[in-house]
Amino acid sequence: MASGVRPRVKVPKSASAGDVITIKCLISHPMESGQRKDSDGNVIPQSIINNFTCSFNGETVVNIEMKAAISTNPYFEFDAMVPEAGEFEFVWDDDDGSTYTDTKAISIG
Amino acid sequence: MELTRRETLAVGGAALLVAGLPMPAMASAVDDQINAFTGGADVAEGGIDLIAPEIAENGNTVPIEVSADGAASILVLAAGNPTPGVGTFNFGPMAGESRAKTRIRLAGTQDVVAVAKMADGSFARTSKNVKVTIGGCGG
Repeated sequence: MASGVRPRVKVPKSASAGDVITIKCLISHPMESGQRKDSDGNVIPQSIINNFTCSFNGETVVNIEMKAAISTNPYFEFDAMVPEAGEFEFVWDDDDGSTYTDTKAISIG
Repeated sequence: MELTRRETLAVGGAALLVAGLPMPAMASAVDDQINAFTGGADVAEGGIDLIAPEIAENGNTVPIEVSADGAASILVLAAGNPTPGVGTFNFGPMAGESRAKTRIRLAGTQDVVAVAKMADGSFARTSKNVKVTIGGCGG
């Protein structure tokens, strides 16, 4: 597991039913591309987050397959529909098998 | 060492040839990825928006935005990177719009290509040239 990985997600606290809201999420991760070399000239092996999924009450909002060309500290912004109160779940999958998760609740009002 | 005019031309010609070689190889890698995504179907120009800066000072974080009305998924490729794949955005039933923003790495000045798979099974593509001042692939 890459050290110091911390997800940060921004979701409005409440919305009207049927609203489309914008979600921004950032996770701190080095996203080692596998192209860089260390001071001895050895290639540093690739170590990235390869998948990100956001779901609302179990239904997918967006699923993003990531390659090495996504920047360090991957940032995503996208739109989600909010038909009812519920919970957004965010899951990041690392190349090394670990997963990072975050959840945010949203209310109607 | 002194070069005759003939030798200079020969060396220059060889250098041009070498510089020209990697381009077709990369273009085919992009085509391969697009074909894998579309399954060989026809891809129309337009119907998809790709917003990227004309000039990116730092190739390590280039902000881009892709959007296409009614797209089920959008594939993004960087034609001039060592590996052209950037990512695939798959929009689920709860997606408000088929739109996403992210930040990508670009090794140098190149075309960024986006291909959208529409809900009806058709495909659309667009590309944008981004000039990069400092490349983003380390090394």
